[in-house]
Amino acid sequence: MILTAMLVVPFAGALLTLFAPGGSQPRLTRLARLHGLFFSAVTLVLAVVAAAVFDYGRRGPQLGFDHTWAASIGLRFHLGVDGISLPLVVLTAALTFLCMVYTARVLPAADEGTGPARALIGLILLLEVGMLGTFVSLDLVLFFVFFEVVLIPMYFVIAHWGGSPGARERARAAANKFILYTLLGSGFLLVGILLIAVNAHTLDMTTLAARHGAGLSHNVQLAAFGLVAIGFAVKTPMWPLHTWLPDAHTEAPTVGSVLLAGVLLKMGTYGFVRIAVPEVPEGARVLAPWLGLLAVIGIIYGALACLAQRELKRMIAYSSIGHMGFVLLGIATLTPVGVNAALFGNIAHGLITGLLFFVAGAVKERYRTGDLDTLGGGMLAKAPYLASILTFAAVASLGLPGLAGFWGEMLALLGAYQPHAGLPRATYVTFMALGGLGAVLTAAYFLRLLARITHGPVAERWVRTRFADVRAHELLAWTPLITATVFIGLWPKTLLDLTDGAVRVLLGGQ
Amino acid sequence: MMIQSIDYLAILPTLIVAVGSVVVLMADAFGTPRRVTGLLTVLALAAAAVALVPGHGRTTFCTGRSCSYVADDFATLFQVIVLLTALVVVLLSHGEIGRSALPAGEYHFLLLAAVTGALLLASGRDLITLVVALETLSLPVFALVALRRYDGVASEAALKLFLVSVVSSAVTLFGISLVYGVTGAMHLDRVAAGLAHVPADLKPVAAVGVVAVIAGFGFKVAAVPFHFWAPDVYQGAPLPVAAFLSVVSKAGGFAGLTLVLTAGFWPLGGTWGPLLGVLSAATMTLGNLLALRQRDAVRLLAWSSVAQSGFMLAPLAGGTRVRPHESMTATAAYVAMYAIMNIGAFAVVTVVARRGRRDLGDYRGLARANPGVAIALAFFLVCLAGLPPGVMGLFAKVVVFRAAIGGAATWLAVIMAVNTVLGLYYYLGWAARLFAPAERPETVRVGRTGGIAIAVSLAGALVVSAAPELVLHAAALAVP
Repeated sequence: MILTAMLVVPFAGALLTLFAPGGSQPRLTRLARLHGLFFSAVTLVLAVVAAAVFDYGRRGPQLGFDHTWAASIGLRFHLGVDGISLPLVVLTAALTFLCMVYTARVLPAADEGTGPARALIGLILLLEVGMLGTFVSLDLVLFFVFFEVVLIPMYFVIAHWGGSPGARERARAAANKFILYTLLGSGFLLVGILLIAVNAHTLDMTTLAARHGAGLSHNVQLAAFGLVAIGFAVKTPMWPLHTWLPDAHTEAPTVGSVLLAGVLLKMGTYGFVRIAVPEVPEGARVLAPWLGLLAVIGIIYGALACLAQRELKRMIAYSSIGHMGFVLLGIATLTPVGVNAALFGNIAHGLITGLLFFVAGAVKERYRTGDLDTLGGGMLAKAPYLASILTFAAVASLGLPGLAGFWGEMLALLGAYQPHAGLPRATYVTFMALGGLGAVLTAAYFLRLLARITHGPVAERWVRTRFADVRAHELLAWTPLITATVFIGLWPKTLLDLTDGAVRVLLGGQ
Repeated sequence: MMIQSIDYLAILPTLIVAVGSVVVLMADAFGTPRRVTGLLTVLALAAAAVALVPGHGRTTFCTGRSCSYVADDFATLFQVIVLLTALVVVLLSHGEIGRSALPAGEYHFLLLAAVTGALLLASGRDLITLVVALETLSLPVFALVALRRYDGVASEAALKLFLVSVVSSAVTLFGISLVYGVTGAMHLDRVAAGLAHVPADLKPVAAVGVVAVIAGFGFKVAAVPFHFWAPDVYQGAPLPVAAFLSVVSKAGGFAGLTLVLTAGFWPLGGTWGPLLGVLSAATMTLGNLLALRQRDAVRLLAWSSVAQSGFMLAPLAGGTRVRPHESMTATAAYVAMYAIMNIGAFAVVTVVARRGRRDLGDYRGLARANPGVAIALAFFLVCLAGLPPGVMGLFAKVVVFRAAIGGAATWLAVIMAVNTVLGLYYYLGWAARLFAPAERPETVRVGRTGGIAIAVSLAGALVVSAAPELVLHAAALAVP
């Protein structure tokens, strides 16, 4: 029941924004902010309660809700959480709430192109319904429905509140690219999951995972894994299907970028772990080395592309491709170690990149540019707290031991050293070596970034400009992310223990 | 001479509409005002919808176990959809009749006559009844298209439609005569039994007959390569009539085609299955590609409805590899959902077009001027694209994808996946325009009937989104 409530609350909140109250413009905006804060806070409380009543000793899905929706096609409104989805649910609810806290003070620059504040709040709440629903559904078609729910709200968030005032055209183009790419992926995903469902005669994800592909022929498994993998790979995104990501992240408003990087990308990797690998394992074993190869290319490519970027948000966007490459590499090992690493990396990336985008948004808001050359150096002198938080986020992202970013990547590489018995080990060891190289390159570009904008003397053009350092609402939104990054970096076992049981159930027999 | 007893309760809905059409014509002859004629039409449609309830599950005109008129789940679903969408068309016509100086009595008479045909088409279970129903549906529509007598474009459209329709009827009849020659039966179940045991030397004849019937229906539902008439006719016809053509006529055509194929020609599924697969792929791809280029709202809807026909054909592509029950329910469900969302889109377009605003650019800023209308149109467009929050459209896609994959036509499913992206591009481009800033957004006067029409469609779309089961299980009686 609690999971249903967790979906109903933000949905009700989104519906309510359709009705316009009367009043002056500032009053309306204030109302909209309170509205968003309230509904996302209630959702977060529900998520935390779910985490509190969760039975950590059990491995299978729990807190279930199961109700027939459309009997003729076997569709059930079937929800449940396990160790894999619980952290993602909490992350989603928390990030959405933090976005609302942030939006409560900073609305994307308003001009002719943007809509009213309540529309933005409504879209974010609708987005939350889709994200949470994806992580808690246990029915293939229901999963697909929620997987698609996020597209339209994100499209409008990017198209109408993205870009910079007066230059909305690029944001619109980025939004179009985003939705067309992901919908193409979704089309393949739909074909893939229906291929599984039609041949296995069920849509129930728990049953399908428990069967481990029994009753599905080799060819069906191969085709289904291929199709489903394309769908998830677009979302993740995996090289070479990543080209929508840099534009979308760069043009989106801060809250859009945070949710895009923090949660939406995870829906792709979550799909791999929840659907692709357990339900068609034979197909996974055949295609996993290719997945690994593309993942490693993504790691190297992401790092090299970052070195060439001249724009702050664009650079962080490209860094996501590298990080998600590590996650995919972990999944491609098909071992509990690798998959746990992937899930860990998922959460870590959500926290750290969410923080990075928040900070990048704050920097852009102050300097009114994200261009690295224009920003110049000396941020530590100009805004010491902001620069320190940026430094923290950057070193966390490059994988400094003791912070969250380290474990996901380290364990993924470790997993690649000892892949699943049916996979070619030599190939994976090569992947590991290349992945290690990518990690070094990651360190290089983040250090270069810090050297360029935080250190050194203040650039000539900014000496006279005055702006605030970290403000209260920003600190409020960022502190939880910083705390969580340190916490799971120091005690990675809390998270690994949580996912491990569920991963072993999904992978089976290990 | 055998005298058949007639179960009047079974045929009551069709009868009410048929009688209603005559009453409307008579009333007009005695100088009833336009408003009352419209009201009478609405009442006839509503009464027919109510009459569906007691008639459900009955059969009549039976010889032995084969019946010519059946009110099973399949028929009832189509009849509900036809009556509902026809009701919306009547509401939309209210303003159009006044503006275009259409003769109200004739207009409503023709509309109800065509609806009679569509209702009969869903219930008919023998080839003769189906052909008669198809003609009853088609003939009044030519006249409806041409009712704007002073308008050259409308007359040309009517002539085009007439010629296409006559050719397609001739082709259908030729095919039916071949099938009758081979099987010696007219009732669909007997045709199926006959086709299952066709002597080898007659097989080609039967196959030609089946293909001819498919071609004939292909014209009606505007499937490629029989689609070329659709955009010109839609554009030339008065808008409510275009809506009628793209929703009611199409639903009727698909009811007939689905019945003939799944209940009658099933044993030859190996022949027509792959053929329909190719038709389906070509129809959706060509329709979408041409819709991408359109700047005019009505032409865009016309081409997109051609593309949607492709999706409706997809479940039939499995041929005998799918249970007839499954391909039948899938097509029926898609047609039903399509009808609701498309009539909704047409309703908004009709309202907006009152001042001659038909270009997509004219929709800029509609969300500022008329938020309700804009959100409704955005919802219908997103439904047509098959994305949440248009959950109904998503279910429609899931159902046809499922049937195509079940029929081992995975290649077709992949083409459909690509086509959903093409479709999204233009539907979303249109929806995005609604929320884009405009220089001087002009408020559109919706009017009472227009508002009711949009509200009825929106309510239908929301209900089916929440409870898709309503349209998902409509199979004909006696279809395995």
